[in-house]
Amino acid sequence: MILNRRRFLGTATAASAALSAPMALGQAKPRVVVIGGGSGGGTVARYIAKDSNGAVDVTLIEPSRMYYTCYFSNLYLGGFWDFDALGHDYGNIARTGVNVVHDWAVGVDRDAQTVALASGESIAYDRLVVAPGIDFVEGSVPGWDVSQQSKMPHAYKSGTQAQLLKHQIENMREGGTFCMVAPPNPYRCPPGPGERVSMVAHVLSQTNPTAKILIVDPKENYSKQALFEEGWERHYPGMVTRIGPDFGGNNVEVRPDSMEVVIDGQVEAVDVCNVIPAQKAGKIAELAGLTDASGWAPVLPSDMRSRMDENVFVLGDASAQGAMPKSGFSANSQAKVVANVIRGELTGSRIFPARYSNTCWSLIATNDGVKVGANYEAGADQIESVSSFISQTGEDAELRQQTYEESIGWYNGIVADIFG
Amino acid sequence: MFEKLKILLCIGAVMAPTLALGQATPIGDAAAGAQVYQRECASCHQIGEGAVHRIGPHLNRIFDRRAGSHDDFRYSEALVRQGRDGLVWDLVRLHAYIENPRALVSGTRMSYRGLNDADRRANLIAYMRAYSDQPQNIPEASPTAIAREVELPAETLALEGDVEYGEFLSAECTTCHQRSGDHSGIPGILGWPQEDFVVAMHAYKQKLRPHEVMQSVSQRLDDEEIAALAAYFYKLGRE
Repeated sequence: MILNRRRFLGTATAASAALSAPMALGQAKPRVVVIGGGSGGGTVARYIAKDSNGAVDVTLIEPSRMYYTCYFSNLYLGGFWDFDALGHDYGNIARTGVNVVHDWAVGVDRDAQTVALASGESIAYDRLVVAPGIDFVEGSVPGWDVSQQSKMPHAYKSGTQAQLLKHQIENMREGGTFCMVAPPNPYRCPPGPGERVSMVAHVLSQTNPTAKILIVDPKENYSKQALFEEGWERHYPGMVTRIGPDFGGNNVEVRPDSMEVVIDGQVEAVDVCNVIPAQKAGKIAELAGLTDASGWAPVLPSDMRSRMDENVFVLGDASAQGAMPKSGFSANSQAKVVANVIRGELTGSRIFPARYSNTCWSLIATNDGVKVGANYEAGADQIESVSSFISQTGEDAELRQQTYEESIGWYNGIVADIFG
Repeated sequence: MFEKLKILLCIGAVMAPTLALGQATPIGDAAAGAQVYQRECASCHQIGEGAVHRIGPHLNRIFDRRAGSHDDFRYSEALVRQGRDGLVWDLVRLHAYIENPRALVSGTRMSYRGLNDADRRANLIAYMRAYSDQPQNIPEASPTAIAREVELPAETLALEGDVEYGEFLSAECTTCHQRSGDHSGIPGILGWPQEDFVVAMHAYKQKLRPHEVMQSVSQRLDDEEIAALAAYFYKLGRE
């Protein structure tokens, strides 16, 4: 890539004098390319650049100039968080020394070790990190495809879809029905649908108290179920109904034009319909030949290295790694392991054993926060959970408020870690 | 609350440092205050003979001391500025600060969410006044043994942390605890005396301190890893 080479030539003399890395003079700097600037990709790019002090050439490919986090977008729906506060730009990542390229990665030539961009350029890499997040499985909800997302938003990638869903909820007719078609496992943010229902209920109970919420869910059970159900009963009694697989929740079709949902053959008229389809790795992972029949990209548990290519790592939601939930926290945790390994392989710095962890906070109502979390380790075949915790039903209000305040602290912490 | 504070601060400007509140009547029950101190303050502040600065400054002779005035302790900029502006720790201001630190000093580094119960606060302040010789020349109390939260073998405390390893491990911490030291919702962990950091982490590991995320994180940190983190965050706080 011309831009890279110029930048490299311009700084090579100065940089090589300061290098402590074992690299022969005249040899080009090792190159890392990261596809996707979310919690996984943003973190890995920043950490490699920061910790290698210029010894590694890091390029981040991300089409958006502004990243809107999916986490806390439910709080935005509930009126607890400003939309603008979900957005983060790449200025500080660039200032760490990362070449941020706003373009689409459209292909990967793993033999030539190059990434093709939509602009026609290609970028060479020594190590590639693929962190594209999720895409939706076509046909997983009959009647729905992305062309229907303005009528029945998914709102599962934050940004304008979240704004659209919020608008629809706030303008729903009095006494109307909000329907959520929940996704099958595995999907991004396991407590996300439950938290979203909580936030929608919070808004409706204030502005449209006779409204109803209908969840159509293909899963037997879901993350933090007991906590959510207890909270809905307490804060929004009678508002939420869930149809699980035992009553046909796994047999659903939607009709966006007539705003109908067909559940096990029975037609229901709804007013707002949030369709969260089945998910798979972001498309570029598939184009790069990194996914398997599951639609996700299998990786080694020790360092998130692709099982398809030793020079490629897959991070975050797109990876099939085992027990870690698909979350921004997980992606951030995995990214730090990958950054340490890649830097070690390219510059000879120390490589430490992987440590993975995750905590997911959810908000049920004003000042009623809950959390679930675990530590993870590399097992023989996959990442395994070694210890876990979850908020309890019946906790007192003070603890729940503290948990909520802690979640805000966490949000500010992780976005500062990545974008700050 | 803020109206009240504003008025008090005006009075204070005129009358400090001899605001004559409560001199004739007991502040509270100092013996009961000792328990409040252990529970609320002792993990960060020492008091009594031989007390030194830890996470927070020692609290001997706190009464009528100008805020942020120990030269050998690193305060938040906000607290130092308030001290410069004339904030002096008298009875009223100690009450207000302990009730809600940030109500009195925005940007204080004291990561403490406050003590609402006025009686417990009064007892606590009575206890602390026993270690101040102002404004009534109360003699210093007899030496007080300062118990550590967790008893650790000397060799554990003596471990020298591997800063580079600590930097790697710190990435797990900075998902929540900010490198900038910002502490809204989640406490700041920069620049702690290493021994305090080590003791705190072992207290979580032994589940003496109640926080599930911290208990979980500390569970798989061994002694050397805790020492490495203590060394790294200490260094980061001095930079």
